[in-house]
Amino acid sequence: MGKTRRSPDGKASGRKEDAALAAYDEMFLLGLYRDMARTRALDDRIEALYKQGKLVAGCYSSRGQEACSVGSTASLRPDDVIGPMIRNLGSIVRHGVPLTLVLRNYLGRATGPTKGRDGSSHFGSLQHNMLGPISMLGALIPVCAGAALAFQMRGEDRVALTWIGDGGSNVGDFHEGLNFAGVLKLPMVLILENNKWAYSTPIEYQTAAKNFVCRAEGYGIRGATVDGNDVLAMYEVTREAVDRARAGEGPTLIEADTMRMRGHAIHDDAKYVPEEMFETWEQRDPILLFSQRLRAAGLLDDDTVAKIRQEVRAEVDEATEDATAQPLPDGKGEIDEVYA
Amino acid sequence: MSKITYIGALREGMREELLRDESVFCIGEDIGTYGGAFRATQGFLEEFGRPRILDTPLSESAIIGACVGAAIMGMRPVAEMQFADFVTGGFNMLVNFAAKVHYRWGPSVPMVVRLPCGGGTRGGPFHTTNPEAWFTRVPGLKVVAPATVRDAKGLIKAAIRDDNPVLYFEHKYLYRRLKDELPDEDLITPIGKARLAREGNDVSLIAYGSMVHYGGQAAAELEQAGISVEVLDLRSLVPLDEEAILATVAKTNRVVIAHEDTKTGGFGGEIAARIAELGFEHLDAPIRRVASIDTPVPHAPQLEDAFMPGVEDLKQALKETVEY
Ligand SMILES: Cc1ncc(C[n+]2csc(CCOP(=O)(O)OP(=O)(O)O)c2C)c(N)n1
Ligand SMILES: [Mg+2]
Repeated sequence: MGKTRRSPDGKASGRKEDAALAAYDEMFLLGLYRDMARTRALDDRIEALYKQGKLVAGCYSSRGQEACSVGSTASLRPDDVIGPMIRNLGSIVRHGVPLTLVLRNYLGRATGPTKGRDGSSHFGSLQHNMLGPISMLGALIPVCAGAALAFQMRGEDRVALTWIGDGGSNVGDFHEGLNFAGVLKLPMVLILENNKWAYSTPIEYQTAAKNFVCRAEGYGIRGATVDGNDVLAMYEVTREAVDRARAGEGPTLIEADTMRMRGHAIHDDAKYVPEEMFETWEQRDPILLFSQRLRAAGLLDDDTVAKIRQEVRAEVDEATEDATAQPLPDGKGEIDEVYA
Repeated sequence: MSKITYIGALREGMREELLRDESVFCIGEDIGTYGGAFRATQGFLEEFGRPRILDTPLSESAIIGACVGAAIMGMRPVAEMQFADFVTGGFNMLVNFAAKVHYRWGPSVPMVVRLPCGGGTRGGPFHTTNPEAWFTRVPGLKVVAPATVRDAKGLIKAAIRDDNPVLYFEHKYLYRRLKDELPDEDLITPIGKARLAREGNDVSLIAYGSMVHYGGQAAAELEQAGISVEVLDLRSLVPLDEEAILATVAKTNRVVIAHEDTKTGGFGGEIAARIAELGFEHLDAPIRRVASIDTPVPHAPQLEDAFMPGVEDLKQALKETVEY
């Protein structure tokens, strides 16, 4: 995975001036770009499989929100725990979960992480330090707090990172979980992806407050806001929160400004979203923005883009082939696996 | 050997497990400084310190949710609900999160939720309920209900060592009314094994929790009248000891099921159904259920007494079943 630390002398030859980029080495920056590209390619593949009638369940696009997941997860160590929600495919990809596992779950295969018992990205993998969500929004927040509590109790310097939507943030568990984490100063970071919509509901029907991050103050924890479509900004803001959490300074709530670029799920044509909103945010696509920036700094050119695209495509093709070749569940022995 | 109370045995069981296994910890509201609303964890904070004895904000969902997360990460949390009634605030965490993790993606979730339940205490609609039937129908959860001092200890120890989420229904009425001598050994009550509380020939009473005692009293009184009652203490509702249930039904051919929970949708219906499905040929009389009436739990003594089944109700049901 090549988790890269800041490396002041990492300047590649031919690099042009971009003060913020200059602090990072090329491999790390290209890694962010590549992982966003991998996420989008996987997302596109899932959509294609759905359209071919191969998916058992629905599909929930994270298009346009790749930076929120990839940038933030890039700030973690492999032994830190992620608790991704439905639009955090990029986090799963970045934290090192093989793409075939994701596809096996979407395809309901017997050898997938849930053996066909749950679908989509609704799975966990202890081996990859990934906690599986449940559909009930918000529930993962106290559970991640519990993982963080385990780390704190054992004196391990690990951190738990999870996400919530503008809609899901109004469930009681958001409040209970953040307050609990605040009181106990747990090593946890919560990213609230304000993507302006919760199914068909706009944010002004979710909260009367001017933003979501102001809630942090109510819990006595740190709050931060960030441009959720700027992958490097996502990395930096989460990195700071993770470092603080690791140092025992408690949780942070990060509100990321972003936009859901598809319907709630594939069946939803999102006609309720004003067309101009899509047009404006299309210009702010996180992959587009970052590639422009890398190009301007001389770190990316047509050849590299083509090479990465080809490699990513090959990886997704291979994962699809592998997942498709896996056996389907036979419906036997289910009753024996309810209890540990 | 000195006698110990039911709640004392529970405390001793937890303490032994805290001493035995570093990953065990206690979590809940007012369990540290105060020692728990009923003093079940008295002295623990002094002995084990924070965070192993963890006072939390008043947040049932966060408490149970945090147990799930910590358990997945290898800890063995023991949560206290101040009253079983307040588990409603953590319901989703139990029935949707804790219960389904292992089946869905594999990890074990070794956690215990302690639920002080039951009436006879004049606690009214929100401090007296027996909500076990909300959980017995959730695959993935185990449900136990100790009726004796010995099992108060043996079942809490077994629950803590179990790799699944276990709901431990401790009966408040029994806390200080029951006293017994316990051996010094490592006492474990296997989860899923019923106990023959009293042998008899004419009719079987299948019960758990407080009803084991009211049932025992009814049986003793009926013995004077020449009726011999067998009392089966289930101890564990999930998993259920079907074998023991069918054995006693096969022996006496008559059965009364008793619980303190209200009747409709209560766990007694499930026991009755199993007997009807698997033991129909043994029966010489209809299966009877004795339970609380289908109202919220009322507060005033006159009302609560009318609400809850007592020794007289049990005697009557047992007698009628024998005479059928
Ligand atoms: C507690 C709960 N209520 C309702 C739903 C159904 N539901 C699933 S996603 C969703 C909208 C979520 O919006 P948001 O939290 O903003 O996340 P986004 O989809 O924008 O990423 C709803 C209503 C649910 N999963 N959980
Ligand atoms: Mg949203």
